[in-house]
Amino acid sequence: MKSVGKNIPRLDGYDKVTGKVKYVDDIDIPDCWRGEVVRSDIPYGRIKKINFDKAFDWDKVMTCTYKDIPGKNATIFLSDDQPILAENLVKHVGEAIVLIAAPSASKALEAKKHITIEYDTLDSVLSIEDSRKRKNVIFGKDNIQAKYKIEKGDVKKGFAEADFIVEGEYRTGFHEHAYIETQGMAAIPRPDGGLTVTGSLQCPYYVLKTLKSALLLDETKINVVQAPMGGAFGGKEDYPSLLGMYVALLSIKSGKPVKIIYSRDEDIVVTTKRHPSIVTHKTGVKKDGTITAMEIDVAFEGGAYSTLSPVVLSRGVIHSAGAYKCENTFCTANCYATNNVPTGAFRGFGAPQVFYALEMHIDKVAERIGMSPHEFRLKNCVEVGDRLSTTQLLKESVGAKECLEKVLSAADFGKKWRNNLDTCAFKHLRTKKGIGLSLYMHGGAFTGSGEGMKSEAGLRLNKDGTISVLTGCTDMGQGSHTVLPQIAAESLGVPAALVNTAVPDTAVVPDSGPTVASRTTMIIGSILVRCAEKMKKKLPDLKKRDVKELLKTYYSEHGELKIIERYILPPEIKWDQEKHCGDAYPVYSWAADVAEVSVDAETFEVSVDKLTVAVDVGRAVNPVLVEGQMEGGTLQALGWALMEDCIYKNGKPVNNRFQTYIIPTAKDAPEWKTIIVEKPFSYGPFGAKGIGELPLDGGAPAIANAIYNATGLRITSLPITPEKLYSLYEEKNKIK
Amino acid sequence: MKRRIKLNNGIINADADPIRRLIDVLRYDLQVTGTKDGCGEGACGACSIILNGECVNSCIILFGQIEDGDEILTVEGLLKDGKLSRLQESFVKNGAVHCGACIPGMLLSATALLNKNLKPTDEEIKDSISGNLCRCTGYGKIIKAIRECI
Amino acid sequence: MEFLSPKNLNEALKFKSEHPDFTVLAGGTDACTLINSGILKSKGLINIYGIKEIAEIKENGDFLEIGALATLTQIIENRLVSKFLPVLAMACKTIGARQIQNRGTIGGNVMNASPAGDALPVFLAYETKMELLSAKGSRLVLFEKFYAGYRKTAAEADELAAKFIIKKCDDKERFAFMKVGTRRAQSISKVCACFRQSSSYKIAYGSVAPTPIRCYVTEKFLNGCKTDAFAADEAVRLVRQEVSPMDDIRSTANYRRHVAGVLLKRFLESV
Repeated sequence: MKSVGKNIPRLDGYDKVTGKVKYVDDIDIPDCWRGEVVRSDIPYGRIKKINFDKAFDWDKVMTCTYKDIPGKNATIFLSDDQPILAENLVKHVGEAIVLIAAPSASKALEAKKHITIEYDTLDSVLSIEDSRKRKNVIFGKDNIQAKYKIEKGDVKKGFAEADFIVEGEYRTGFHEHAYIETQGMAAIPRPDGGLTVTGSLQCPYYVLKTLKSALLLDETKINVVQAPMGGAFGGKEDYPSLLGMYVALLSIKSGKPVKIIYSRDEDIVVTTKRHPSIVTHKTGVKKDGTITAMEIDVAFEGGAYSTLSPVVLSRGVIHSAGAYKCENTFCTANCYATNNVPTGAFRGFGAPQVFYALEMHIDKVAERIGMSPHEFRLKNCVEVGDRLSTTQLLKESVGAKECLEKVLSAADFGKKWRNNLDTCAFKHLRTKKGIGLSLYMHGGAFTGSGEGMKSEAGLRLNKDGTISVLTGCTDMGQGSHTVLPQIAAESLGVPAALVNTAVPDTAVVPDSGPTVASRTTMIIGSILVRCAEKMKKKLPDLKKRDVKELLKTYYSEHGELKIIERYILPPEIKWDQEKHCGDAYPVYSWAADVAEVSVDAETFEVSVDKLTVAVDVGRAVNPVLVEGQMEGGTLQALGWALMEDCIYKNGKPVNNRFQTYIIPTAKDAPEWKTIIVEKPFSYGPFGAKGIGELPLDGGAPAIANAIYNATGLRITSLPITPEKLYSLYEEKNKIK
Repeated sequence: MKRRIKLNNGIINADADPIRRLIDVLRYDLQVTGTKDGCGEGACGACSIILNGECVNSCIILFGQIEDGDEILTVEGLLKDGKLSRLQESFVKNGAVHCGACIPGMLLSATALLNKNLKPTDEEIKDSISGNLCRCTGYGKIIKAIRECI
Repeated sequence: MEFLSPKNLNEALKFKSEHPDFTVLAGGTDACTLINSGILKSKGLINIYGIKEIAEIKENGDFLEIGALATLTQIIENRLVSKFLPVLAMACKTIGARQIQNRGTIGGNVMNASPAGDALPVFLAYETKMELLSAKGSRLVLFEKFYAGYRKTAAEADELAAKFIIKKCDDKERFAFMKVGTRRAQSISKVCACFRQSSSYKIAYGSVAPTPIRCYVTEKFLNGCKTDAFAADEAVRLVRQEVSPMDDIRSTANYRRHVAGVLLKRFLESV
């Protein structure tokens, strides 16, 4: 192969290292006004009155409220409960009420100070517990935004067969995306009377959908263009639909181009977070290590509006029993509404929470029967022919065991684990060493028959003899716009240098579905393979030496050649959404992590010395980019495990700055060992599966288990801070 | 307030309110947009520039603190005669660049390091970029890219 | 907001006496953060960054004199500091990262008066004298008298910090700077401490009280006994009583009290 499997440098690399790349805040738009947003500063209440200071000069300042929205005042996702601008009720701190635009940022900011809101405060609900016991009903009839049940076998029978039953509860908190480029969007009036909305966004067609419905315009009047993106991680999946509407409303009303760029503080307060969670486990196990029953309950905090929470919860509960053989599983899940900021998509999409719980719990189960964590996992790890908790039969491409075996041997796990255990109790050691393991997987693409929506993508022959990939999927830094051309080039049999990706503009590219769910390489890639086959049939033999000249000639003789194809869901996929039963995903990617830590025995400071990560991605189209995903995703997991937590007081994060919401620096990062396993998926392009989210799922429990190995302290809530370790240590030593 | 400064390879005249942040003068007044604004409080390093030979955060320096004759190097100044510097080339080659938002600052921190220290250890490399937050990579590929330029 | 850029020290003092309510801007690593976020609402700024008269580091007999406008990098790399007061360089290395050290000044760290300022326990432990200047003249203040309460200093509104006068440490002296922070770089202290043992013990902490503190009770105990393992345990117990930490977003009072003891124990074990 000439392109697939090769470390082709990122196509946007040159522009990024020279500073030439134009993110939305870098684009110079003539006569562009700047926008600001007046927001709720209470978690729950009725708007009594909006006061516009009469003493202020409102000339040259444009303001908008919900009354300026001609169509539906809602973002269009699974349900339409989130208003674009609050009408008479605010349900979280930071909810937008009035929009402002002015010729300069300082003028807009000045105007903002002259708008005040009066409220009647309502009794807010600010935690999963309060929502669950219905302290106040703030959403629907029972505060529940979504619920699921997954049943396989008979857990009662399973528990009856067990020698031991092990229970546990595990909690995680709010997790901030912390992309380096904050959210920003611009709306620019078009010469034809239409409007272009551009900015830092993952899913142009999502934004378009809300714009069309709220503005009552069709796609001939409005187009959405993705600007180069400085990181997203799911944080720019749903939120840009709101921000896009803000700039569009202000632009339409003022007739000017309008840009809104969030400051870091504002971004952390108002944009979505990872769902906080409480996961409980009850596991039946035999002395020989056979898992006889797993009963799991997953509770997520959805915040004020449902946004994407129903699908986040679904992915969470589907992954909650993990990659283990077990005949009897029973999983329940609820997503609870609160008056905190709406939680939404964040790399892993519900899976990191359930794997933190499961993989810590599995260590506890193994310990109960006196087995080592690795022997227990090797015994129970799924293989081809096994069925997951949704009863999905694993027919092919199951690299779980190989990943496990490879990390165990690369890190010399067994020996180190035993040795640490022996020295854990030694009082004189100032530094305790620990090693921990996790085994996990991530379903590629949308859940169930979700990919039946027939996403489109295409290839276009250009006048200059190059070929462009046409897709509504975006590159947010993950490298898809290098990987997709590699796939197209390989399929066409042309040099990779001849293929690029067109700018994702809804006026130009087809709707490929959103850039989420680790689906781009696998789904869009496989559409491109089919497009290439069709295109090849139309073109002359491309084995000739000067392909570019050949293509140029073809173009001059025949004109533009464009092939658009739709995704076809593998026919054997069967999914019952109601029962959450069947083939939850077309395929899974598998992985295992080994974390090695040093814990200061007195200050309880933890440093992660080394992370060994193995992933089965089917086929690594660009191995360096795959490694980049593995290391980057795992470092985000490290931050979540040890230091990251949005602390909310009365619905407002108190650490909404980079000085207080801290993420790992270069000195917090471990030494990396990455191992790529390739168990090809027959429906993936050249066998490829998803990689984007997977690496965030397994880092935290591996680190938590390593800390337990070092100290004998099992912290069941993230982040694992020295303060929590010390408290638990104190508690344990008092009892003695 | 007017100042005549050396910006990258040229001499320029800048005129701005002394309490305007240096980063805003660079990005919005002079349209030199390679320098990024990540946090506005010197905590992420995306706005790093080299001012008179020292790497500093341009979001927490006011234009009034700039003197006539000061020399500023931004990411745009790393390109020499249209050619990438060794560091720039190494970043692309080693997969150190993902979303790119931290990269201008990261490159300037690395450039400042190598200007002063021809043979930095891995620990010194990590020290030199510990003021530059990256959310995409695990830093490993960035460290490797810098190490290869020693 | 008015912006004044004095050309020299005299002009700076003149501006400060004319505008005592203006905020002084040195490196700006703290002040600009507050200006950007709109928290600092000053009528004006006096930019003293780069005034050479108060940026030097020099020897004066048995003393080291560190100009208030010396940057943290200047201190970290200075030959005299590494010879006569290496512990100060150790502390400065833990403040922010390179970009902050290149711009932030030692005087700024002191005048900002954060209880978590990492250099402050060093000045306390070394019984530093601080020179304050105004248009009226100069005065020396003992560093331990400089902080009157949380973020309150003894400096008058028309005064600027000029320099810190510190007795050089002797060859036989043992010293340490220790810090437990929120992460491994660019971290703000949960607890920081400077310990000394020469003719007597000196113990100073940051982040465990509204101001940086000296722990005299513990010092007195240690100075009055032979230091063995029993004495160390008692000193740790005393020091945990002497600090008065609180819960905040970075840590808990309970943990800080514990760590304050751990750090002292480590120092005593090392001497």
